[in-house]
Amino acid sequence: MKKIYALTSAVALAATFSVTVHAGATLDAVKSRGHVQCGTNTGVPGFATPDDKGNWSGIDVDVCRAVAAALFGDAGKIQITPLTAKERFTALQSGEIDILSRNTTWTLTRDTSLGLNFAGVNYYDGQGFMVKKSLGVASAKELDGASFCIQAGTTTELNLTDYFRSNNMAYTPITFDTSAETAAAFDAGRCDALTSDQSQLYALRIQLKNPEGAVVLPEIISKEPLGPVVRQGDDEWFNIVRWSLYAMLNAEELGVTSANVDEMAANSKDPNVLRLLGKEGIKGSGMGLNDNWAHNIIKQVGNYAESFERNVGQGSPLKIARGLNALWNKGGIQYAPPIR
Amino acid sequence: MAAEKQPGELPTKAAWWRRPVFRSVVFQVLLVLGLVYVGNSLLNNTLYNLEQRGISTGFGFLGVEAGFGILQTLIDYQETDTFGRTFLVGLLNTLLVSFLGIFFATLIGFVMGVARLSRNWLIAKLAMVYIETFRNIPLLLQILFWYFIVLNKLPHPRQSLEMAETLFLNKRGLYLPAPLFESGFWMVWAALALAVAAVVFLARWTHARQARTGEQFHTFYVSLAILFGIPLLAYFAAGSPLSWEIPELKGFNFKGGLVVIPELAALLLALSIYTATFIAEAVRSGILAVSHGQTEAAFALGLRHGPTLRLIIIPQALRVIIPQLTSQYLNLTKNSSLATAVGYPDLVSVFAGTTLNQTGQAIEVIAMTMAVYLTISLSISLFMNWYNRKKQLVER
Repeated sequence: MKKIYALTSAVALAATFSVTVHAGATLDAVKSRGHVQCGTNTGVPGFATPDDKGNWSGIDVDVCRAVAAALFGDAGKIQITPLTAKERFTALQSGEIDILSRNTTWTLTRDTSLGLNFAGVNYYDGQGFMVKKSLGVASAKELDGASFCIQAGTTTELNLTDYFRSNNMAYTPITFDTSAETAAAFDAGRCDALTSDQSQLYALRIQLKNPEGAVVLPEIISKEPLGPVVRQGDDEWFNIVRWSLYAMLNAEELGVTSANVDEMAANSKDPNVLRLLGKEGIKGSGMGLNDNWAHNIIKQVGNYAESFERNVGQGSPLKIARGLNALWNKGGIQYAPPIR
Repeated sequence: MAAEKQPGELPTKAAWWRRPVFRSVVFQVLLVLGLVYVGNSLLNNTLYNLEQRGISTGFGFLGVEAGFGILQTLIDYQETDTFGRTFLVGLLNTLLVSFLGIFFATLIGFVMGVARLSRNWLIAKLAMVYIETFRNIPLLLQILFWYFIVLNKLPHPRQSLEMAETLFLNKRGLYLPAPLFESGFWMVWAALALAVAAVVFLARWTHARQARTGEQFHTFYVSLAILFGIPLLAYFAAGSPLSWEIPELKGFNFKGGLVVIPELAALLLALSIYTATFIAEAVRSGILAVSHGQTEAAFALGLRHGPTLRLIIIPQALRVIIPQLTSQYLNLTKNSSLATAVGYPDLVSVFAGTTLNQTGQAIEVIAMTMAVYLTISLSISLFMNWYNRKKQLVER
């Protein structure tokens, strides 16, 4: 037992000494460092992918850029740490990153036993299946006895088990470390189906050798609210991340876009818009931010609709419909508390 | 007043606190106390900080239901089993690939090591090319190479390569008939145990007889006949109590029978081929370390080529080979953790991967995984050191 304790301590050494726990620590550290350290996926189109110059983009990256814009007035002040599903929580717990924005599903276990907090939901997703057209399968119910390629360390593994157990069907799981390996194995025919969050299925599909040869099945077998995560116990930082996301949602609701934000700030008579843009009301002091924090976010990153359409929607190769991610007053469930 | 010392006189007895024995004990006790203190404060510090940040600690998670499936399980495993069970499943998968890897690497390594010393130019050069190629490519690349070669070259399950309608090979693996032991099969096992005992007895008897009279005996062929003959007789006497479960294509995949998954095949290929190159070099160095005079002396005594190699060269070469072999076995076992790259469900992939992520208890899981590799490595080391001592030069 002593041996295990000694090893335990050694492993924990880095974790324990790198971060001290007091509210505001993250904000101070980020400010003195001059950039936001952001943990993202290792590369899922639409969520987080690097271009040929190494600049990252995606709906998850936009959350980090929004926080940087709110803090520094410059959305470019971010550094990306690409993480596999297995590495992500440890990276955040140990203080290696400030925000984990990596299509991470909000669950009770993760929220309560990992020392982490979910700051909101930037994409409502659900788990689905992708199969080769040649398999001739139209519904997930026909997949009894099939084998599935999955990414290790995800809620996907658990949902798959639940689904097949409750439907009394057999399955074989083959788990890989990264989504790229998972897709490569599916492409090579190692498994009959690939299962993941549906948004990722569309993203992985365009990376296949023959995207036309694969179809995404209609069934959604789980709830996957994806959102940015921060360490528990630092409420100030938690608020900044949460409201950076809400500012983008409120901006969409009020019709403020990156194109018209300057003009709205100067001429708008709508008190909601004026409060959002720091012209009157509460402003940013409660979070330790400048008055124009939301203005900077909208100007540099855009509102939620702009971010969505640019990365995963009609302006992207993925062409994912808004669906659940439409605003609450447009048939979806995206809803941000008011800024006042 | 101390008397002046004469040269060569022994020093007067030193005070007790200056005696070497006392001092060495004191320093050792202090060192141990210091280590315990550091270890203890690290542990407490860790636990305190984890609690402060609301991260669960302890080994309670081992009893919680896992809820995920595993590709290859050597023991019975259901999704409803516990995280503790996933530890066992992963551990057994690691042991399986390490054991098979050590077996094949040793086999290939010895053959290649001897081949490189062959007087046949072609064989020697081929062995050299093999060794220099595979020794110098990173192992992870080799694993991925074999994996995607295996996956890309093999057919889809519905177009499987088949042999005699019992063996099937496709992208999902190699499907073999599984033996089903029926009630009378214990007789065959009993016969096998009897045969082994008989072979051991035979070996002792021939050894004693040769020492006494100098006459030799065909031990090898007789042993072979006993080992196969007796169980075979028992098998037919018991009325062939064995049937085979033939794999069958049902729905998407083959069902029934035994399956060698491509992940295991790729990992095993890469590990054996890679480690065998190092073993081959160890074997070559061992053989070259035995001076040629030994061979000449043996020939001068009238021994033929075979007995010379078996009785004189190899026993001496082994002394050089075994310590290097030990490190290669340890390397292979530790390298098997690269399994996670191709989705083979070993300890690192299952336990330090999925289980870690589902429970979030990184420190406990990683500590357990490290302890396992340490234990496996130390066991191999102990065994090989024992074997090494057995093979050491006995000086009289």
